[in-house]
Amino acid sequence: MKRSVILATVVAATGMFVAACGGSSKSTSSSGGGGTSASSTPGADTAAGAKGGTLTTLANAAPSGSPDPQVNYTLQEWQFLIITHDGLVGFKRTSGAEGATLVPDLATTLPTPTDNGRTYQFTLRPGIKFSNGKVVTGQDVKATFERLFKIGDSPNAGTWYNAIEGGDACVKTPKTCDLSKGIVVNGDQITFHLSRADPEFLQQLALPFAFVLPADTPAKHVDIPPPGTGPYKWAEYKPTTAMRVVRNPFFKEWSKDAQPAGLPDIIEQKFGLSVQAEVTQVENGQADWISNTDTIPADRLPELSRKYSKQLHVNPLLNTEYMALNTNVPPFDNEKARQAVNFATDRSAIVKIYGGPQLATPACQVLPPNLPGYQPYCPYTASPGSGKWTAPDMARAQQLVKESGTAGMRVKVNSDTTDVHKAVGEYFVGLLNKLGYKATPQFLSADIQYPYVQNSKNKVQIGWSDWFADYPAASDFLEILLGCDSFHPNSNSSPNIAQFCDKTIQGQMDKASSTALEDPNAANQQWTAVDKATTDKAPWVSLVNTKMLDFTSARVKGFQFSPQWYFLLAQASVK
Amino acid sequence: MAEFAYEPEPASVGLAPGESIREFAGKSPWRLAGRRLARNRVAMAALALFVLIVAVSFAAPLYAKHIAHTDPFANNLNGTTVVDGKTVEVLQQGGGPLKLGETPIGPTWHANYFLGADNQGRDVMARVLYGGRASLLIGIGSAVLACLAALFLALLAGYFRGPVDVFLSRLMDLIWAFPIFLLAISLATVLLTAPDGLQWGPVHVDPSSLWIPTLIIALVYVPYVYRPVRGQVLSVREKEYVEAAVAQGASSLRLMFSEILPNVLTTVIVMLPLMIATTILTEAALSFLSIGVQPPQASWGTIIDDGQDLLYSRPWVAIAPGIMIVLTVLSLNVLGDGVRDALDPRAKLRLKG
Repeated sequence: MKRSVILATVVAATGMFVAACGGSSKSTSSSGGGGTSASSTPGADTAAGAKGGTLTTLANAAPSGSPDPQVNYTLQEWQFLIITHDGLVGFKRTSGAEGATLVPDLATTLPTPTDNGRTYQFTLRPGIKFSNGKVVTGQDVKATFERLFKIGDSPNAGTWYNAIEGGDACVKTPKTCDLSKGIVVNGDQITFHLSRADPEFLQQLALPFAFVLPADTPAKHVDIPPPGTGPYKWAEYKPTTAMRVVRNPFFKEWSKDAQPAGLPDIIEQKFGLSVQAEVTQVENGQADWISNTDTIPADRLPELSRKYSKQLHVNPLLNTEYMALNTNVPPFDNEKARQAVNFATDRSAIVKIYGGPQLATPACQVLPPNLPGYQPYCPYTASPGSGKWTAPDMARAQQLVKESGTAGMRVKVNSDTTDVHKAVGEYFVGLLNKLGYKATPQFLSADIQYPYVQNSKNKVQIGWSDWFADYPAASDFLEILLGCDSFHPNSNSSPNIAQFCDKTIQGQMDKASSTALEDPNAANQQWTAVDKATTDKAPWVSLVNTKMLDFTSARVKGFQFSPQWYFLLAQASVK
Repeated sequence: MAEFAYEPEPASVGLAPGESIREFAGKSPWRLAGRRLARNRVAMAALALFVLIVAVSFAAPLYAKHIAHTDPFANNLNGTTVVDGKTVEVLQQGGGPLKLGETPIGPTWHANYFLGADNQGRDVMARVLYGGRASLLIGIGSAVLACLAALFLALLAGYFRGPVDVFLSRLMDLIWAFPIFLLAISLATVLLTAPDGLQWGPVHVDPSSLWIPTLIIALVYVPYVYRPVRGQVLSVREKEYVEAAVAQGASSLRLMFSEILPNVLTTVIVMLPLMIATTILTEAALSFLSIGVQPPQASWGTIIDDGQDLLYSRPWVAIAPGIMIVLTVLSLNVLGDGVRDALDPRAKLRLKG
């Protein structure tokens, strides 16, 4: 998932984030989130505080797109939706690796799939009420999923939820969607029948698209999220000024793991300030947190690091920043040319652009660390073998350019105009010129760069992009970003920017996907092989894996970083 | 001031207060204007400052090669330099317990990194000088192009009048109707994102070429020169000496270029320094918005853009090109005033009167 519509990870193997803690500075200690902060003890930062008060957060702009919970695809809104709504299952609301584990939420238990992974049976908890006072019933669940199709533009209706029997027909004719066969309600019993097995179905049920809404919610976009079952309810949603949630009077905690009661009485997010001004407000205690959609300016980092280190929180992400090399357009239709750029790229310089080793680590391969299937692998370094990148190999790179016969060709380096990405683009213009190409930059505003770089009509030769895991599954990177089916010619929605399609590797991907249904561990090993094979073909120059930096005000206690939802707003105390 | 109005309008060879006819008798209008300009100490100081800025800017390669020993266009993220005998990194890791961020080295006030480095580790002083080259080339180039185009079109419109005048004037109105920056940004966005640059027959203009911002800025400013010059042409065309030339059977070309042009040229000359100042500011604005000069090339606008990200920690990156823009524009405006006074002393009288 792109940063602009950043999504957190879904489900992680236990212990996944523990390893990431090892990367923190010796002078810092591990926070509950598996990252680093300057808190003197981990417990001090995660200790529960007092209830009450208003947690004021800041964002430059409102979440992009519709506020409708079944349409919105931004972490920014999801961080609020998870405290106003619930799904049948959810991710444990805690920091660290545990935060990526599934727990029952509106359902009493996590179901074990039957019928070769095609049937899931849930029992609804009794007596849970929406914020309008109505009791949640099985019909609400069924109506929620039918609305997901009827609304017409729920992003993953046709890719995830159409696995429910009748889902494909609902995609074709949304207005008459009927999931009577796919979702059978019998009192408190709700049975999902899938038309095909999907090993990731439960994770998809834990996302806001599948959060249960009242059955009478109209099947059209809402201006403010409708009533939900969480500890808060929506009180305001004005895209130009602020969004705000207040306590839900009908909420009674039924599972501390799935939906704990919140600490602040009110949680709000104000829009409109520049990020520089946001930093200053949090420094001054006028606000409590800067949304993850706004990147703290690099220019402020040394100041924050020196003066406000106890209010900073650094946590690893499942992401890879990369330059996609177009495998269908010269010069990078030539494998040696692609490998040459990989050998020449000085990842330590790129790390500096991203804010230094505390915020980014060099990457060589497609999969980021901590993802199932990840095994360190780096063939594009001065001393390969250790799996880690150590230094660029310019001599090898220049030799490969010579062998490729591509020297002297014109190359346009595409990136967006945000500080960091523009600097990366400038770096590659210089690097390609050094390698003998005639490189020029092409910087587009961030809003249009992503669709532009995806569209094969634009013949982008080398373009910056990034990816944040929807799922902590290798397929979410390898298949979505480099699978043959992910390349859609002349489309703005073609995540396979490199236009990479290798039939042999695609066969390996297909095999790994089918293995995942029966033996996830074996599948992960197969994905490891796919990662290596793909990296060898060099459709990308993998740059760095980044970390998330959160800056909170001095009064915020109990900062918790979930690998799924990032900062758990409701678990922070401001009293 | 009827006693000084012995020369036909709009020629600018009238006498300024204190000048006697005898002193300037037999001198050409251009020599008179030149002498007046030379006597204007403020204008001469401005000219000297402008020449100095041009000279140091065009000496940028010498500075980069022989003094700073740096390539101002290549990133130097992992580079080091020597300050007071110590080797230091050009980009330095942030302090505090978390050591977040990478801060470029600040001004050393020595040959290397005199004004410090930018966020790519490049020498700011060298880039400011190179940036001056680009800004001046674009500013002067676009102002000259705008003036030449406007002069030519104004001659056509003012001389032929009728449908030619209507067509050209409405066309200029159309361009004028757009806010300058909106038009420039629209043109730049289209031209800079063209995958292969511009292709006019055999002529290829690379998207990174300085010609693109030069042409865009020239185009948006043509109406601003065209308007007053056309008015002058319409006025001069009715003068007796033009009618006399017509009576002698002079061709249209001769009338336009021999009779009318010399008498409207002064207006353009007066406007030129002011136009250069304006186009330099426009170039800086466009480059600041990333739609002018394309990196890694530098202009004062792009350097200010780079410096914007470093305002808190390294303000000199933005301040240095800002000072250069202020000095250049100030010198051109003062010089422009001087040129106007020299060519049109009656304007000065009118102001004083």
